[in-house]
Amino acid sequence: MLGLNKHDRTLLIIVAILTMCAPFILNPFPTDSGMAQFNAGYPDLMQRFVIFGIFAIGFNILFGLTGYLSFGHAAFLGVGSYSAVWMFKLLSMNVIPAILLAMIISGLFAVLIGYVSLRRSGIYFSILTLAFAQMSFNLAYSVLTPITNGETGLQLTLDDPRILGVSATADGGIPVTSLFGLEMRSTYEMAVGPWAFQFNAGYYLCALIMLASFYLSIRIFRSPFGMMLRAVKSNQTRLNYTGLNPRPYTLAAFVISGMYAGLAGGLMASMDPLAGAERMQWTASGEVVLMSILGGAGTLIGPVLGAGFIKYFENIFSKINDTVLHNWFAFLPDGLEDAVVFIIHPFIGKGWHLTLGILFMLVVIFLPGGLVEGGQRIRRLFSKKPADDGKPAATKPAE
Amino acid sequence: MGILEVKDVNKRFGGLQALGDVNLSIAENSVHAIIGPNGAGKSTLLNCLVGKLIPDTGSVMFDGQSVLGRTPFQINQMGISRVFQTPEIFGDLSVMENMMIPCFAKRDGSFRMHAIENMLNEQDIVEKAERMLIDMNMIDKRDMHAASMSRGDKRRLEIGMCLAQEPRLLLLDEPTAGMARADTNNTIDLLKQIKDERDITIAIIEHDMHVVFSLAERITVLAQGTPLVEDLPENIKGHPKVREAYLGEAA
Amino acid sequence: MDAIILQILNGLDKGSAYALIALGLTLIFGTLGVVNFAHGALFMIGAFCAVTLSKILNISFETIDETQVDFLGNPLKVKTPYVEAWFGPETGAALIDWSVPLAIFFSIPIMIAVGFIMERGLIKHFYKRAHADQILVTFGLAIVLQEVVKYFYGANPIPTGAPDVFKGSFDFGVLFGFDPNAIIYPYWRLVYFGFSTLIIGSVFAFLQFTTFGMVVRAGMADRETVGLLGINIDKRFTIMFGIAAAVAGLAGVMYAPINSPNYHMGMDFLVLSFVVVVVGGMGSLPGAVLAGFLLGVLESFASMNEIKSLIPGIDQIIIYLVAIIILLTRPRGLMGRKGVMEE
Repeated sequence: MLGLNKHDRTLLIIVAILTMCAPFILNPFPTDSGMAQFNAGYPDLMQRFVIFGIFAIGFNILFGLTGYLSFGHAAFLGVGSYSAVWMFKLLSMNVIPAILLAMIISGLFAVLIGYVSLRRSGIYFSILTLAFAQMSFNLAYSVLTPITNGETGLQLTLDDPRILGVSATADGGIPVTSLFGLEMRSTYEMAVGPWAFQFNAGYYLCALIMLASFYLSIRIFRSPFGMMLRAVKSNQTRLNYTGLNPRPYTLAAFVISGMYAGLAGGLMASMDPLAGAERMQWTASGEVVLMSILGGAGTLIGPVLGAGFIKYFENIFSKINDTVLHNWFAFLPDGLEDAVVFIIHPFIGKGWHLTLGILFMLVVIFLPGGLVEGGQRIRRLFSKKPADDGKPAATKPAE
Repeated sequence: MGILEVKDVNKRFGGLQALGDVNLSIAENSVHAIIGPNGAGKSTLLNCLVGKLIPDTGSVMFDGQSVLGRTPFQINQMGISRVFQTPEIFGDLSVMENMMIPCFAKRDGSFRMHAIENMLNEQDIVEKAERMLIDMNMIDKRDMHAASMSRGDKRRLEIGMCLAQEPRLLLLDEPTAGMARADTNNTIDLLKQIKDERDITIAIIEHDMHVVFSLAERITVLAQGTPLVEDLPENIKGHPKVREAYLGEAA
Repeated sequence: MDAIILQILNGLDKGSAYALIALGLTLIFGTLGVVNFAHGALFMIGAFCAVTLSKILNISFETIDETQVDFLGNPLKVKTPYVEAWFGPETGAALIDWSVPLAIFFSIPIMIAVGFIMERGLIKHFYKRAHADQILVTFGLAIVLQEVVKYFYGANPIPTGAPDVFKGSFDFGVLFGFDPNAIIYPYWRLVYFGFSTLIIGSVFAFLQFTTFGMVVRAGMADRETVGLLGINIDKRFTIMFGIAAAVAGLAGVMYAPINSPNYHMGMDFLVLSFVVVVVGGMGSLPGAVLAGFLLGVLESFASMNEIKSLIPGIDQIIIYLVAIIILLTRPRGLMGRKGVMEE
């Protein structure tokens, strides 16, 4: 089925079930309970999960397979967002043309940057991509203001032409993004006892697109093309002396992953039609690198896990404050309670980045394979099989 | 007219004349050895043949076409395969995948975008790669991680990968360097077998005289970047100039 | 003409900072073979050493002056820094005024210690790992360091002044017969430039004229051979890491009065410094210094209004543009050696 082997099919089905049932899974706590703050099942956050999932899946096609570490991938995300918003301004509020344009423009952009950057490898490649991204970021902030609206960011206005739509709604507001009339913001709330589950149209669109992206990435990983990309990472000399030209392979991978980023950018704009230059900054590029590494670069599911993990904890950690901590540790004697809160304090709230940095270092140092490798280790521990280090790696499924 | 014709090739590195007026002709379907003391320019010559270096002057013709100015992968697609001194294989891939890649290169050329094709639909490639593994006597290692094999097996795999491309000329750069005696003998047997079973020209650069005299049908002696003698193996053994070149270096 | 001179001068201080950071990066890369993304953080820590010292010197106690009242009619509270109480008002005030230059001495041991801890505790374990891993782990470290600083010092820039003597500007133009006020240049930037050249000179002299430096240079050229000679090159390289950290730190200390230190200044400089290193040629010390000044001056030229009106936005991208052109035409950078970081 779908041209996948049994293992990959299972993986795809699991991811499909998880994303489709996310409004339930991410809302395990009743709304009025103290644990409700750990719920993540509201539309805005769920959209971010899957959109960054797409971004990371795409990045992984480049970094995971070819080993080329791009530090400028956020540029494509930004370009995608700008393109989509322009489509909303000029054509219509339908998200389909916006997303298509986002992918096309970021793809073209990737051809240009990739063609130049891929002439070098290793750290030089990283620096070149970084330089291009910073250039785009600086330009978006300054000279390109007519296109990007500079620091304010590109927004919809009431006097946008919108040839196929309306400039303003009947009641004088700015129209909202939709899929052939289905508004992206429309949300159906289902109350079951003390629980409230939200089903958002935008989320489901993003989730379906992510599933398609994930499926495509499995196909790429398992294709002869994917094998060639791994060969690029493994030994470029041999590849050259086997009559294969590495450059079109790497460029194709670069463009594909750029278009994934553009798609993510386009979706971001479709959910919330504005675009700012900060989406292109190199810290944003660093974030997608973190997601891939944390989840497990070069594995199929890793980047999705990494994206979900980082976005979830970013959200949760930012919400925890000292009051919450005091509530948690109230069972401790007063002095000890204060001490514990004092120790944890730097890592929560605004300190989330500190936690992230430490976590990231720990992963690179101790768990280079990311969460996926961690999962495999734990499974091996429990199945009590003898360590299978000697076992051929090729038979180990890349999850 | 040989399959490979090297004419008046010169190559300088700064003040060092690495190759001086090298002329060499390798006959089709022969085994031609190039020997010489250290620093004689053997590796430089080889690199000029495969496109890694470009000679300053002279011409290198393969089957009537110039190889100069072409990149290594283009030269490979013309029908020249190279085996390296230290085996160059795809260490992170499985043995089977290693063998499939040259099969793809042979069938599809230097680039093909087959991004969503399924391996299952590439039955001809799979069969060819498996046949090659059987020929190389390593089908039992099919799913092994290539980097985890012994050096002898890596060498065997590399030769197999080159053969999978059905090259017309196989270049071997000290294929037994750093090998134990048993592995060396295995490699000699393998090369003999390849020679007998396939229409292929083999050019071999080698230090080990045992290997050279077991295989070569013709030998060129290179010294200080220039061919000294070219003759049949039996005539090379006692040749005074050759002795001088080797012993002179030793003394 | 005066405009050109002014731009060259303006480029020098930024160029000095680039050169100093790039010098340290290159030292670490050349000796240890490690791509250190946390080097910008060292620059930032240096700047915060200056902030810290100035804060320490300003620690005060309060007394109530009964003779004066504040606008609410309460007795006026007067803050007196302890240093003024201990060393007398004049010496104390001078100490506070000179806190940035004093921070040089304060920061050197701190930076060397930070460098040692970083190298022994973390980087050491990454010598044999891929460059991508080195980039990633030092990138993580950079995030951690800047977040720690943010935690203690807050997110806002902290103004840290130069000594009063160096406040104000120097009219360069009149020296060369230009109109008064045509070329004016803040004293402190002049000091910064002089200080940087001094540091750069000392590093080069140290490498050139000491046995230690000779071994390090030999190690940069061919690590294995030097190791075979029985010289413990690793220990020396650790010390070099400390020195590189100190160089970055000093660059930061002295930069504090030019730009108020904030927690992300390291990252801002790091990206540019990496570009500088690559332009200069990975592993080439003179290349790093040359490229640092060159790019600093180019950047300042590009921000001239005449040039900006010719090519809009050029000031924002000039450094990256130059880097891309150089990398494509001279893959090894301006002065790079063959075989460094080439796969």
